[in-house]
Amino acid sequence: MSAPLLATQPSLTPGDANSAARPGGAVSHATLDNGLEVVVIPDTRTPVVTHMIWYKNGSADDPLGKSGIAHFLEHLMFKGTKKHPQGEFSNLVAELGGQENAFTSYDYTAYFQRIGKEHLGALMAFEADRMCNLLLTDEVVAPERDVVLEERRMRTDSDPAAQLDEAVQAALFAHHPYGTPIIGWNHEIENLGRQDALDYYNRFYTPENAILIVAGDVEAEDVLKSAQETYGKIPARAESPQRRRTQEPPHRAHRLVTLLDEKVEQPAHERVFKVPSYRTAQPGEAEALEILAHMLGGGPTSVLYETLVVDQKIAVSAGAYYAGSALDDTRFWIFATPAPDVNLENLDQAMDGVIKNFIEHSIDLERLQRTKTRLIADAIYAQDSQASLARWYGESLATGLSIADVQAWPSRMEAVTPQDVHTAAKNWLDKRRAVTGFLLPEATN
Amino acid sequence: MTAHALDVTTASRAQHVQKIVTPAGLTVWLVESYAVPLIAMEFALRGGASQDPIDRPGAATLLAGMLDEGAGPLDARSFHRAIEDQAIHLGFGADRDSISGHLQTLSRNADQAFQLLKLALTQARLEADDVARVRSQLVAELKRDANDPEAMAAKAFREAAFPNHAYGRPVRGDLATIDRLTREDIIAMRERLFSTKDLKIGVVGAIDAETLALKIDDIFASFSKTNDLISIPSTQVANIGQYKTINIDVPQSVIRFGRPGVTKNDPDYFGVVVANHILGGGTFTARLFREVREKRGMAYSVYSQLNEYDQCPMFIGAAATKNERAKEALKVIEEEVRRFADTGPSEEELDKAKKYLIGSYALRFDTSTKIASQLVNLQLDGFEPSYLDQRNDKIAAVDLEICQRSAKKLLGDGGLLVTVAGDPVGL
Repeated sequence: MSAPLLATQPSLTPGDANSAARPGGAVSHATLDNGLEVVVIPDTRTPVVTHMIWYKNGSADDPLGKSGIAHFLEHLMFKGTKKHPQGEFSNLVAELGGQENAFTSYDYTAYFQRIGKEHLGALMAFEADRMCNLLLTDEVVAPERDVVLEERRMRTDSDPAAQLDEAVQAALFAHHPYGTPIIGWNHEIENLGRQDALDYYNRFYTPENAILIVAGDVEAEDVLKSAQETYGKIPARAESPQRRRTQEPPHRAHRLVTLLDEKVEQPAHERVFKVPSYRTAQPGEAEALEILAHMLGGGPTSVLYETLVVDQKIAVSAGAYYAGSALDDTRFWIFATPAPDVNLENLDQAMDGVIKNFIEHSIDLERLQRTKTRLIADAIYAQDSQASLARWYGESLATGLSIADVQAWPSRMEAVTPQDVHTAAKNWLDKRRAVTGFLLPEATN
Repeated sequence: MTAHALDVTTASRAQHVQKIVTPAGLTVWLVESYAVPLIAMEFALRGGASQDPIDRPGAATLLAGMLDEGAGPLDARSFHRAIEDQAIHLGFGADRDSISGHLQTLSRNADQAFQLLKLALTQARLEADDVARVRSQLVAELKRDANDPEAMAAKAFREAAFPNHAYGRPVRGDLATIDRLTREDIIAMRERLFSTKDLKIGVVGAIDAETLALKIDDIFASFSKTNDLISIPSTQVANIGQYKTINIDVPQSVIRFGRPGVTKNDPDYFGVVVANHILGGGTFTARLFREVREKRGMAYSVYSQLNEYDQCPMFIGAAATKNERAKEALKVIEEEVRRFADTGPSEEELDKAKKYLIGSYALRFDTSTKIASQLVNLQLDGFEPSYLDQRNDKIAAVDLEICQRSAKKLLGDGGLLVTVAGDPVGL
């Protein structure tokens, strides 16, 4: 029941359609009569399957004043049904030698098990039951709310760096719900109750709003048959629930967010830009942003690292990251840790310098090629893990992309031109509309 | 398509492991598989942070961090670029008792990947500028941990559990002394540790035994035949029954607890594994999870586990709960530990735990890197590939009497060393 509060791992980017390395080989896709999408990813190397059910709703769909309800419901989904009281599902998974968990993000909520392939049918029956028969009592809801509050204390309320991230994100999204943390705000979590969870459940946990992903040594036909016998029995609700989100107005101001805390020994710097996602971008734009992030800040060969860490020695680490998998406009980060005795204002100026220089000069073709090689190869590496493949397809489909989009990703990466990268940098890395975050020790006078 | 040999639950796992002896006499365990055009390699050298000079903790970590910072004809920047140009994954790390390496490559780039690994291991430049940079990154990490309650509780536990022992010192160094670490320290560590003695290698993927044997010799055969390790005395978790609180202004107290464990060659070791699973190892089914989290909502994360340092088996666990309930949470944990030591599991709990541990073993073998790591760990523990087939039988053989006895052996009178970081009320 983990909840990744920030999708900090690189976006799960698909494989190379140009090479033998199309991720997951012949992925099949079907839709049941009740609207449930079914995706099967073959991995014949292992008798293990990964079974995931994704719901196309996340924290950004929390009703106003009920922040944290998507994540809280994720926890409560382990509390049992009429047919299978609390603990029965988890006990079954454990007895069959399986592992399970769930996670909530801004745009989706997913539940998964990894288990011997012969047990897939049993899991489907339990997961389908949980899709429509959740049973909640106040006795189980109250302690679980305390668990969520402990989770928040652990991840955020004891950690100044996490608190700065939260404040920066809230500043970047002043109106759109991405500005609210996935886990929710404490004062609202404290008031979430059984009925809030059930209302949200009834609105979103429907076959039309769900995607079933199965990866492993299974035949697509068999999976589809089992899916029809389990999930297929759930009546359709006629139409998918609508995601109604307030959208962000144009940004015109740079915002500096500073967090001072006596617990901070190591200052840090971050800057976040609001940028289009794979779903909201013009054709080719998101791909260019992906490559731009990697060129600027993807490891020790990146521009930020080579310039700020190795050459100028003004930082001890530096990087960039593009959170491209999102339903609405999303985030592009650059960040650095200052060298001892370097103040954040100087580091900030040095960062400005790197970006200005990147925009004013023509793109380093060797660096561009290196980046493409790495990103496309990572898609081949992803084939070594059925769990990663399942997650990659699930995340893409849950944020408005198609199987074809996933499979064409490598060739679209390959097609990015130096001009595309240059344009993306020029259009989107505009400090005048960004948020900068400073993490600093409390001034000691 | 070729099966990923070790994943086949119905047949022998061990029979898919080729135990190769190279012309130079090195041993490598290989699982040959062409299902994905990749090769994964893991290796470990015995002697990690426990070998750090007593006044220079962090030396092994710094050595591991320096290996890919320029080697042979390539300076740091050129080396990193060469790695990226071939889309290779290469990394090194230092643990308590070993230094490990990880290589993953597309099979079409295997030659270059092995060549870069060889350079890193045999001709790392260790230039002063690069040492300073990597050391500054370690310093930043240490500063980030300085007031992190989890790191603080772990540090306090380590220091109380192992006074005057290498295991009491920090793996990644100490802010007070890290600046002392120099190029010479790293070179000295490399000379003492890098040897073909106790070198354990596991490879999985698209390569045959003959080709691999030659590559392995090319990479490692120039290593010295002997290492120069100081002997680490065996030890046990000390200060059982003590509570130590480290005050910091956070809303939640991080609790760490532990006591001596049981060694892997103990006849009841598998009984202990099953017992720990029932008490605190199972994700959503363990007693600690049920009592602390599910029933009382006192923590998001609560667990126990078995940690085996070379010279010290341990039982350790952790939980984090708001300051107001820290005392209560600790009391529940202590009661559960004691109760389990005294009465052991029920027949039903035992049965379920065994089914889980046996059934889920396959999940450790579903990616190349995971399999390669398993191959290295088995060698470090002194097992043969046949262990892969015997392990589940050993779990199956744990009956109620063995498990009760093992729980008692592991938990004794339930006494724990406890460290808490936070602002716990009433502790």
